[in-house]
Parts: sequence; C-alpha cells; structure tokens
Amino acid sequence: MRRVASGVTLAALVLLPFFGSNYALDVANRCGIAVIGVLGLNILTGFTGLISLGNAAFMAIGGFSAAFLITKAGVNGFAAIPAAGAIAALLGMIVGVPSLRLKGLYLAMATLAAHFIVEFTVVKWESVTGGVSGMSVPAPALFGVVLDNDRKLFGLVLLLALAALLFARNLFRARPGRALIAVRDHETAAAVMGIDVFRAKISAFGLSAFFVGVAGALAAIQSRIISPESYPLSLAIDALSMVIIGGMGSVAGSVLGAVGLTLLPEGLRAATNALSGQWPDLISKLSILKELVFSILIIVFLIFEPHGLAALWRRAVRKRHATTQQQPEGGGK
Amino acid sequence: MTAMALSIRDLFLSFGGVSALSGVSFDVRPGEIFAIIGPNGAGKSSMLNCISGLYRPQRGTIAFGETPVTGLPPHRRARLGIARSFQNIALFKEMSVVDNILVGRHLHARTRLLSAGFSLPSARISEKAQRAKVDEVVAFLGLGAVRDEPVGTLAYGVQKRVELARALASEPKLLLLDEPMAGMNSGERDDMVRAILETNAAHGVTIVMIEHDMGIVMDISDTVCVLDFGRRIALGSPSEVRDDPHVIKAYLGEEDD
Ligand SMILES: Nc1ncnc2c1ncn2[C@@H]1O[C@H](COP(=O)(O)OP(=O)(O)OP(=O)(O)O)[C@@H](O)[C@H]1O
Ligand SMILES: [Mg+2]
Repeated sequence: MRRVASGVTLAALVLLPFFGSNYALDVANRCGIAVIGVLGLNILTGFTGLISLGNAAFMAIGGFSAAFLITKAGVNGFAAIPAAGAIAALLGMIVGVPSLRLKGLYLAMATLAAHFIVEFTVVKWESVTGGVSGMSVPAPALFGVVLDNDRKLFGLVLLLALAALLFARNLFRARPGRALIAVRDHETAAAVMGIDVFRAKISAFGLSAFFVGVAGALAAIQSRIISPESYPLSLAIDALSMVIIGGMGSVAGSVLGAVGLTLLPEGLRAATNALSGQWPDLISKLSILKELVFSILIIVFLIFEPHGLAALWRRAVRKRHATTQQQPEGGGK
Repeated sequence: MTAMALSIRDLFLSFGGVSALSGVSFDVRPGEIFAIIGPNGAGKSSMLNCISGLYRPQRGTIAFGETPVTGLPPHRRARLGIARSFQNIALFKEMSVVDNILVGRHLHARTRLLSAGFSLPSARISEKAQRAKVDEVVAFLGLGAVRDEPVGTLAYGVQKRVELARALASEPKLLLLDEPMAGMNSGERDDMVRAILETNAAHGVTIVMIEHDMGIVMDISDTVCVLDFGRRIALGSPSEVRDDPHVIKAYLGEEDD
C-alpha cells in the first residue's frame, strides 16, 4: 500500500514537467529546494538538538558561492552546486565550533551573529558578491542541455531532493546518525558510550550546511539573480517553522513541513485573489497574513503536537492499518 | 605482580567549598567485583564520575591497567574499555530499546557519515554485525518483549536493565555501576544480581559497583570500599569491612535504607 502510494507520487512528480503550468513548476521547484534546505536544518536542530538561526546565512553562502563559481571562476553550473555545498559545509563547521560550549538560547545567538556576519560580508565584499546590487546567475548547461527555466530545472531539483532524502534516511538508521541523536538526547551518556560529542556536533553542522548550501545554490539558479536581500533573516525563521511544524528529528516531517508551508502561502494568495472583489486591500496584507498563519501554526503545534505533522501522519497511517486488518479475511487485498 | 585493573591514587575533588573526595586511594584487581558503599553524599558517585572522566579531580591520578587516564575525556576512556550505568537513568529517551543498545556498539564499528548516508556495502555489513551482537545482549537480559518500544514508556526497572544492556553491548573490560538495583522489586533485583554475576564470571569483566543493599553487597563482592564524607574509612573483604568499628560508626543511625 505504501509502495503503491509512493510509486504514484513519484510518477506524478516525474510527469509534472510534461503537463504542469509554468506556475506549478515554479512552486514545485521551490518545494523541492525547501525540502533540501529544511532537511539540512532538521539534521542540525531536530536530530542533533542544536538550534540555529543561521540557515539563511548558509543559503546565502551556497547561493553566492555558486554564482561566483559559475560567473567568475568559470566552473560548470552542475559542478558549482556541490562545490557551493562544500563551501557552506566548511564554513558551517567553523560556525559550529562554539557549540561545544554554547547551548539553547546562547547557541541561537551565536548563529544569529553568524547570520549578520555573512550579511555584512556579502554587502561589503563587492569583488566576489557584487555587493548591494548582487549578481546574475547563468543557467547551468551541459552537453547542450540548458536549465534556463523551471520546467527544465525541475528534474535536477527532484533528483537532488530525492538523493538528500535517501541520504538522510540511511544516515539515521546507521551508526553516525544514531550518534547525533544520542548527543541530542543525552550528551553525557553519549560521551561515556565512546561518542566524541564535539566531533558529532561539528559533523552535524557541516552536513547540515552542505544541504542548506545546495538549497541556496539551487534557489539562486532558479531565481537567476541574487542580492543580499535574497536571504533575509525571515528565511531562517521560515525554515525553523517548517522543521517544527513538519516534525523535529523526522525525515518525513521535513518533507511535510517544507512542502506544506511552501504551498500554504500559495493557497493564501489564491484565497485573497478570490476575495479581492469584496476586500480589495486584502492582497496588500498577504505577507502579514502569511506570517500570522505561520506563527499560529507554530504555537498550535508546539502545544498540541511537538512532533509535528510527521507524528499526525504516523498516527493516521497506524489507524488505517488497524482498520484494514480488522476487515474479514479475503477482503481488502 | 600483575597490573591492577584500576589504580586510584590520592584523589581530591571539591565543588566550591564542598569537598566530595579527599585523598582517596584504592586498587581494583582484574576480574573482581569491587563495591563502593557509604552514606548519602559520601562521594561514591563522584568517584565513578572521576573514573569515567565526567569529573576532573583537582589532584591525584587514575590508571586503567597500565594506562594513565587522569587527563583523558570520557569518550577516550570508553575506547579503552570502560563502560558505566548511571544512578539516575540516562537513556536516549526518544530512541527504541534496540537503538539505545546499538549506541553501545558505537566503539566497535567504524562506519562514517558518507558511507552510512550512501549505504555502502561496508556500512550495511557493519550494521548487520552490530545488530546481531545487540540481539545477543537483548536475549541475555531478557529484553526481547520490549526491544522495539521507545525507552521512555518502559517501567523503571526495565529502563535500568536497558542501561546495563547498553553498557554490556560495548563489551567493556571495566564496568562501573551506580546503584544498579535502586528502585527495583526483589524479583528484578535477583535478575540483576544474576546478570552482574554472569557478566563477571563468563566474560571476566571487572566490576566496580555502588550499592546500598548491604545484603547483596556482602553476598557478591570480593572487595568493599567504604567512603564517608569523601574519605576512605575502610577497605577489605566483606567480612572485614562488616566488623570494622569505623564502618559501624558511620552507619549508626542510618540503617533505615
Ligand atoms: N556536580 C556537582 N556539583 C556540586 N556538588 C556536587 C556535584 N556532584 C556531587 N556534589 C557534591 O559532592 C558530594 C558527594 O556527592 P556524590 O553524589 O558523590 O555522593 P554519593 O555518595 O553518590 O551519594 P548518594 O548515595 O546520595 O548517591 C555531595 O556533597 C554532593 O552535593
Ligand atoms: Mg550517588
């Protein structure tokens, strides 16, 4: 049953470029990119228990690295994506160093500082980043295939999102992933079981930043132009919302949170458009409306379901499972 | 003379003005069951924390076999073969029983981030081997019925057993147990005693155990060390310690637990 469901979903996604509208493909790309980025943040915050407000900064590092590598260093666009991830990973590991000592709110402040340092650097380091005016990002091209619109880009985004999901799923079923969860659940017990806690935290920062950097590079490639304003702090908050609402420490939750909260503003936009006849000024309030809905959702989830949509999903599946098993034999097959 | 399993020399540890250990020394012989007893606040847990590397003594040395370990961080001592359980349960609460015990195998596998993420054959083979070993430990401690349960939902006595299982899964040379039977009913205590004795006898694991139940201590220990206000007030066989006037004095009026 689950196999069938995921098969159908995958088939629909593969066929999307053939029948989806331009708008649908734009939204689908943003969903895929969000999945990669949110998964990255979840590895750090949900699975390893290290709160970070630096997510937008690592997206920026990925975005500007890709833009620089393609335009100024002549690197192929396809190679620039993992390279941008690697640069973000390296800087992520450096930002992670204070996590040996800092926890909770203090770590949040340290990663917030990292955000502003990156923002400042992006504005001032004009020769590399283009400063306040930003840079344009050429479409990746290989063997005559040029990913210069959402329809063509979608295949790559889908592939990378699936790879990221598989990687994370495998990781948390094996030794290094368990070590991260152990550090989150009980640092002292993890240490006496032989886990090098510092090393675990640094690798969580590195891996997380790699994913987020790749997401940032893809976002830059999708929008074709980036500037310091492309990566505001609110982007980091949005990513945290997706992690919390989707489900901390859950791979499936990362997908639910990223896709759900990327689609939500689109739904709101459609609703406000439909209602603009009666309330013409509603459209201008869309961004406030979005923030409001996100905030309410976060509060509701933190209070009623701290494990997020992933937990709701698991419960629903279990219930279905229970009812199908109650059916008389021979039925339901 | 063969090397001692553990040599503690002149350990001093204080927190602010409170001195938890003042000049404690003792040796633990390989393969023995060594009990540390004493009234509440005597410094017993502090001693185990110094041995496993969670506390740094201000003075004194600790040697594990021939290896000085005084300056080593906890994970390095674990690698040498020191495992422990905690007085207050310290499980990974969001994980299942099996996953908790699998963390005990951390030291025996080398799978790294990338080989795990890409699920390379080496990672799969290693994971399978670790799971087989965990299954042995699960069977040994009778945890089969709860193996896939999240640990947080289990009864206190069962959680204590999972902690022992996690420590045993690391195949330690030296096992430190901080009140392994506290809060258990008598049936659970018997099971725990049996598990400790068998671990000691079958695998030759040296055991240092803190325990308040005098009956059990006198029954199963080879050596008993008595601490009081951070000092060692007696050391010897159970019968020697039982008749020691200092011990009788320290325990006078505290017989209620
Ligand atoms: N982390 C700590 N910070 C401050 N004081 C501590 C700390 N750990 C232990 N102490 C103090 O050191 C002394 C010894 O404590 P310890 O926990 O070693 O005693 P114990 O013998 O294990 O007692 P119990 O039988 O109650 O477990 C106590 O006075 C305690 O308050
Ligand atoms: Mg104690």
